[in-house]
Parts: sequence; structure tokens; C-alpha cells
Amino acid sequence: MSEYLKPLPQPSKTSLPFWDAAKRHELTLQRCEACQKFVYYPRARCPHCFSDRLAWRKCSGKGRLYSFTVVHRPATRLFGDAPYVLAIVELEEGPRMTTNIVAPPDKLKVDMPVTVFFDDVTPEHTLVKFKPA
Amino acid sequence: MSLKRKAAAIGIGELKPYREPTDDSALDLMAAVAAEAIADAGLEKKDIDGLLVGMASADPGMIYPSAIGELFDLRPRMLNVLDIGGASGTGMIWRAAAAIDAGICNAVLCLTADLNRLGRRRPPMISLMYEFEAPYGAIGANCSYALIAQRHMALYGTTPAQMAKVAVDQRTNALANPLAFFNDIPLTIDDVLNSRYICEPLHLFEIVSPMSGGAAVVVASPEIARRSKHAPIWLLGAGEGSDRASITYAPEVTESAVKGAADTAFKMAGLQRKDIDLVCPYDCYTITVLVTLEDAGFCKKRQGGPFAMDHDLTYAGDFPCNTHGGQLSFGQPGLAGGMSHVTEGIRQLMGRGGGRQVKDARLAYVNGNGGIMSEQVGLILERAS
Repeated sequence: MSEYLKPLPQPSKTSLPFWDAAKRHELTLQRCEACQKFVYYPRARCPHCFSDRLAWRKCSGKGRLYSFTVVHRPATRLFGDAPYVLAIVELEEGPRMTTNIVAPPDKLKVDMPVTVFFDDVTPEHTLVKFKPA
Repeated sequence: MSLKRKAAAIGIGELKPYREPTDDSALDLMAAVAAEAIADAGLEKKDIDGLLVGMASADPGMIYPSAIGELFDLRPRMLNVLDIGGASGTGMIWRAAAAIDAGICNAVLCLTADLNRLGRRRPPMISLMYEFEAPYGAIGANCSYALIAQRHMALYGTTPAQMAKVAVDQRTNALANPLAFFNDIPLTIDDVLNSRYICEPLHLFEIVSPMSGGAAVVVASPEIARRSKHAPIWLLGAGEGSDRASITYAPEVTESAVKGAADTAFKMAGLQRKDIDLVCPYDCYTITVLVTLEDAGFCKKRQGGPFAMDHDLTYAGDFPCNTHGGQLSFGQPGLAGGMSHVTEGIRQLMGRGGGRQVKDARLAYVNGNGGIMSEQVGLILERAS
């Protein structure tokens, strides 16, 4: 396997549980125990009600393709495998994620259902990606 | 608080954008446009008592404005770096007026310049959400605006040709602007649609080109404005707003804080959209203009595409828009790209539009946009009759 050159997440204390769960092939989000809303990306306080009572919950991994673009010319040479599909997925639980869709672009439609999968890009790093449901 | 006619723009300085590498520093360019703007205002350097500056990516630093002040030997009574991306230039204008209205300053220099960094090594754009974006290849602005365009097309039926029309009409404007970078070859809708995809659905000719350059504006008190060299251009209304940094977390990607900023500005000015003679909406991409015209209330939501197609956006048309060519044809010299919309509004209202002068132009709406439509500033400028 060739060396992985793309940027990798450098987790903080707050975000580490998210990436650890991804390594276990689980999608987890913070949920605020005060206002019951889900939170992404991980934070120290709930952005909705500013409570610090955030707990990690396992999610369904289902969502819809909110928008997408086929990136032909990436901003850095690190993404040598362009074109690739960059997307915003809206999860069933509410939050949106920046992610990749792995599917032929001509099969994609805004708002189509998508489902999570886990891409073990290095032995230490797993990215959360999606494919058509 | 209202800023209506509390201050006026009285002088501008601007460089023709250029792309070739030179041994200029961004600070050299700042000095050039500052000197031009102060002279254009009919003032001397010692008259400047406020400094608002955008940090040049090519010459960044800490405690920035006092370094610029020292470089020019200014004695400012207010110093600020404004860091709201492409909206920084427009944002400076109302902040200058507020400082003047508060009695803190009499003449404020609003200053932007930068160098084209293309071709040089540069770190990827860092944001607070970098950890959750960069690993997926969400780096730079092109892909984020493509996400706006894709959903705008899906929700409202906007077509690639409607987006391309913005670039085409703005190029026609640029052909009449000696300062515009792309002012030699006309553009057709087919040219735009046949240019290569950068981030689908956005083509190369729908995307700004980074340049070197600079722009400055002097904003002054009514006392100074009444004896200025050119007709003073009064600030009638201003509004500002932000609702996201990354496009992923926007409440709805096809909508923006332009709406709140424009509503505030029009309310302050006591004017309606139909009163406006020309618009200068920030245009980093074609889609930005369509969303801005919708959210600023010049057409209904979802009608941005048909509006651009059905109206003549040139200086001679029924809806003059970015008569300098917009950044798409003028060029984007860092934050000075966003100042170009301000300088063009001022130039037109002063009657200094040359071959692209909009007839009887008295009121202009200028929109500044930073990040991924993240920061929005609306300004209404007036030439008193």
C-alpha cells in the first residue's frame, strides 16, 4: 500500500471519542442532555443551549445527500485521485457533515438517501464516508 | 443608531490588478493606494486620524495597523484590522462612519492590498472546523461554492447558462474599464460553459482569478466632505450579518445573511430596492451574485437565475451590476477584490465612470461577502442631488 498523503484528523480532547468510534466502525454524535439536540462537529458546549452536558450517542448512519460537487481540480496536489465527490450529508439525527460519497457521480441526486461506511485510510485513521442507500 | 449621512466617501485609490510575480511587497501596494486615495480626497496624510486595514496574506503580522501607521507616519486615533474575509472592505466603510459619528475620528483611511500567491507554496486554508473538512478534500472556497450552486440548481431549477450570464455581462462591463485585468476579449455563455470544470457544476470562467493589487477609500466627516475635491458620496445605510463559517453548517446553503444585512441597510436609508440605480454585489463566483440578488431583495428567492438571464447587467442595461467587471473580470487582489465593489460604487456616483458611466446614477447598493457567504455587509451609497 502506498503512503497516505492526504490531510488526517488531529483529534482534540473533545473530538477524540468521535474518531475512536469511527475506528470501531461506529458513527457517534454528541447529544445534549439539556435540550436533547444532536451536535456535530464535537464541541465542549452545546451550540443550541450552551449546556456542557453533552453525551456520546450511537447514530443510525442514515441520511440524505444535502449537496455535492465533483471536484476536478482540488486546491492542493495532495488529492491526486481527483475527480472525487465532496458532499454535505444531513444525518437522520439532524446535523450535517462534510464527507465524501463513493459512487459514480452520474448516479447522484440532491436529497437522495445515503448510508454511512467507514474508510480505514491508515491503520490509525478511519474516515466517515457515505454511499447511496 | 443610524449612520445615515453621518459620513461620506471622498477619495479612492486603486491599482490595476496584475498576475505576474514581481518584487513588490503587499505593504508597497498599500502605500501606493493610500497615497492615491488621500490625494484624491484633496487631503494630506496628516488629516488621516483613523486606520482600518485588512491583513495581506503575503505580508501578515501581529499588531498590524500600528505597523502600517508607522510605515506611513500616521497618528491614528482608531486602529483596526478587519477580518471578515471578502466583506472586509465594505465592513470598513460603515465602521469608519461609526467612528466619525462617535466623534472619535474625522477622516478614516480604509486600506486593502495583497499579492497573488498562486504558484507559491501556501498552507491550506485553516478553519476551526479544519479537522472535519480537510480530510475529505474540502479545502479552499471553490468546492464550497459548488455545493451552493448544486443545491440552488436542484431546488430552484437554476441552469448553468443562467449562472454563466453573470460572467458574460460583467465581462462586457470590464471591456469598458481600463483598470480591469480581463478587459480585452468578450465572453459568451458558450465560452463559460465550455471552460473546464473546476468543481462541478462550476466552470473555470465562473471563478475569480487571484491577482496582486490594492484599493483604498477615505471616509470623512460632513465638515470635511463639504469642502472635498469630488462630490461626496454619503453612506445612507449599512447592515452586517453572519450565520456560518463553513458551508456545511449554514442553516440553508442557498440562503445567506445578505437578507438581514440588506434589510437593515435599506431600513436605515429609508429606501426601497427600486430606488437603486446600480448594484455592486461581491462576486467570487457566478452563483454568489444570484444568491446575493435574491437575498438582497432585488428579485424573489429562486428567481436569481431567470433574473440574470432576463436583465441586461451591463452599464448600459436595465440593471447595471458590477460595472467594473466584478472580480470575475476585474481580478481578485486579496481583500482589495472586495473593496473594488466599493470603489466602483463611489466612482459611478461621483460621475467618474468614464466609458462605462451609468447615466444619472445617484444611488448604489454594494454588498460585501466573506468566506463561504459567511459574512455579509450591505451598504447604500448616495450622491446628493
